[in-house]
Amino acid sequence: MAFLEIDEVHKYYGQNEVLKGVSLNVERHEVVCLIGASGSGKSTLLRCVNALEEINSGTIRIDGDTVSGAGVDLNALRRDVGIVFQSYNLFPHMSVIDNITLSPTRIDGLPKKEARERAMALLESVGMAEKADAYPDSLSGGQQQRVAIVRALAMQPRVILLDEITAALDPELVGDVLQIVRELARGGLTMLLATHEMGFAKEVASQVCFLDKGSICEHGTAKDIFENPREERTQQFLSRVVQSGRL
Amino acid sequence: MTASELVRDDLQQRPTPSKPRPVGSVAVIGLILSLAGILLMIVAAVRLRDYNGGGPISTVVGLVLVIGSLYPLWPSFLAFKGARERSALLRDDQLVMARRAAAGGREEAQIAMGYAAAAIVVAGLLLMAFANDGGIAQTFFTADAWRQSFPQMIRAFWTNIWVAIVAQILVLAFGLLLAIMRMLPGRGGAPLRLISLVYCDIFRAIPAIVTILLIVFGTPLAFPVTAQWSPVWLGIIALSMTYSAYVAEVYRAGLSSIHPSQSAAARSLGLSYTQTLRTVLVPQAVRRVIPPLLNDFISLQKDTALLSTAAIAEVVLTSTLWQSQLFNLSPVTLAAAFFIIITIPQARFVDYLIHRDAARRAGQ
Repeated sequence: MAFLEIDEVHKYYGQNEVLKGVSLNVERHEVVCLIGASGSGKSTLLRCVNALEEINSGTIRIDGDTVSGAGVDLNALRRDVGIVFQSYNLFPHMSVIDNITLSPTRIDGLPKKEARERAMALLESVGMAEKADAYPDSLSGGQQQRVAIVRALAMQPRVILLDEITAALDPELVGDVLQIVRELARGGLTMLLATHEMGFAKEVASQVCFLDKGSICEHGTAKDIFENPREERTQQFLSRVVQSGRL
Repeated sequence: MTASELVRDDLQQRPTPSKPRPVGSVAVIGLILSLAGILLMIVAAVRLRDYNGGGPISTVVGLVLVIGSLYPLWPSFLAFKGARERSALLRDDQLVMARRAAAGGREEAQIAMGYAAAAIVVAGLLLMAFANDGGIAQTFFTADAWRQSFPQMIRAFWTNIWVAIVAQILVLAFGLLLAIMRMLPGRGGAPLRLISLVYCDIFRAIPAIVTILLIVFGTPLAFPVTAQWSPVWLGIIALSMTYSAYVAEVYRAGLSSIHPSQSAAARSLGLSYTQTLRTVLVPQAVRRVIPPLLNDFISLQKDTALLSTAAIAEVVLTSTLWQSQLFNLSPVTLAAAFFIIITIPQARFVDYLIHRDAARRAGQ
């Protein structure tokens, strides 16, 4: 039994089927990269795992517990599963430190001082400690994304979902953010990430899934997918990526 | 055809330069307006001095006004200079310099027109004020009437102020409640959404004055218990009911202007629906709606005057009593002045709040 099991998940927006029976297993300490064109369902799959979107059929299990469907303990699920978004989504009316300590103090009932210490340690590790009292709008995209990662980590989740977290960043800021993800992968954090950074996926992924039009077209090790893609659609996608100079 | 074929010298030609825009005609208009302003101002200054019996203060004020109205002559002169330079440069075929001279000349002509228009407006207002042998001044600005009515007027105005403050507090709370009801999710929320919608529709449709009449005169009849209540409190309730409907819409606009990704981020961190509202959505929405909220509050302050129809002794009712006693509208002008004095600082204060919030978010 895998740690995170996604089993035959279907998701519709109205008549439009965006996930057509996706199944995927993620073991503990694994880093799984989802690749594929925009609109292939990568983000939707991540949002379903976190129950930000309801699934229409199928099941999602974490550590054997079903976390999809009615009556799920959403609070427990979300404490377990952190997510970082493409557009950072920091709360603009709160300082960096308040963004990070909001949910540990409100949900876990952590004393303010302790939450602050934990947050400062995390900020220190991503080189953002001196910005603790700044407001998000005064930070660069890369800095905001680092804070967003820290905010997700502050809940000490067992899985973290990264939804194209470098897609909105200027090229020279991407490296800083990826370095953090690299560190987390080395530390053994279970991660499921949607990305367009193929070079990075090749480097960190223990498993790569190519999604096409709402289903997993091909999946295997990074070496398999990038060097020996079996499916024609995977080959087409990768050759287009090469053409755009991103691999 | 490929994209590279689009790059051809015969397609990407040098544009033909256009001639400088005309200056002479605007300079003439500027001059005419300047002269008209000066003329009107001289007439107005003479009237002002005559009305005040040739007193020294009015003579000095009139003189200052006339001297001020002379100012547009200078940019007019510069505009004509620009026009001359433009044609000289054009004769030498110096197109770029000619365009520059023309732009400068037109700018000066516009300055002349703007200041001349201001002089004409000021002179016009003065002439109007002293028309009919100072009829306007006597009707609206009689110092003696102000002196007599002031103590009572200021006491009555205090009623308007505290009515407004209490109503604003009630409106803030009740409006937010309506807005949140309107945005409740799910089927269970549907009836409450409908109630909120109906309430807002009805109370935005009924003129505030009608609500006031119904509540202030109707409540004591319908509920004898309330017969002992002061009508001022019933007036506050009526105003709050009307304005909550408007403010609910303002809040709702603010709440729905917060991008859904904010709520997704909050929910993903484990915050419940209520916690998301309280810590993430409402604080951001309130910051955004402060200016429209204050507009509604300013109009609420002004609508406290409607309580006069319900025989509540606020400032407008008091001023009309004085008006009928003195056969003079100056007390009513005084009431207007009171409203102006409390409203303008509030507008400036909100500008300051917005500015401070923006500065803080941008990192000082």
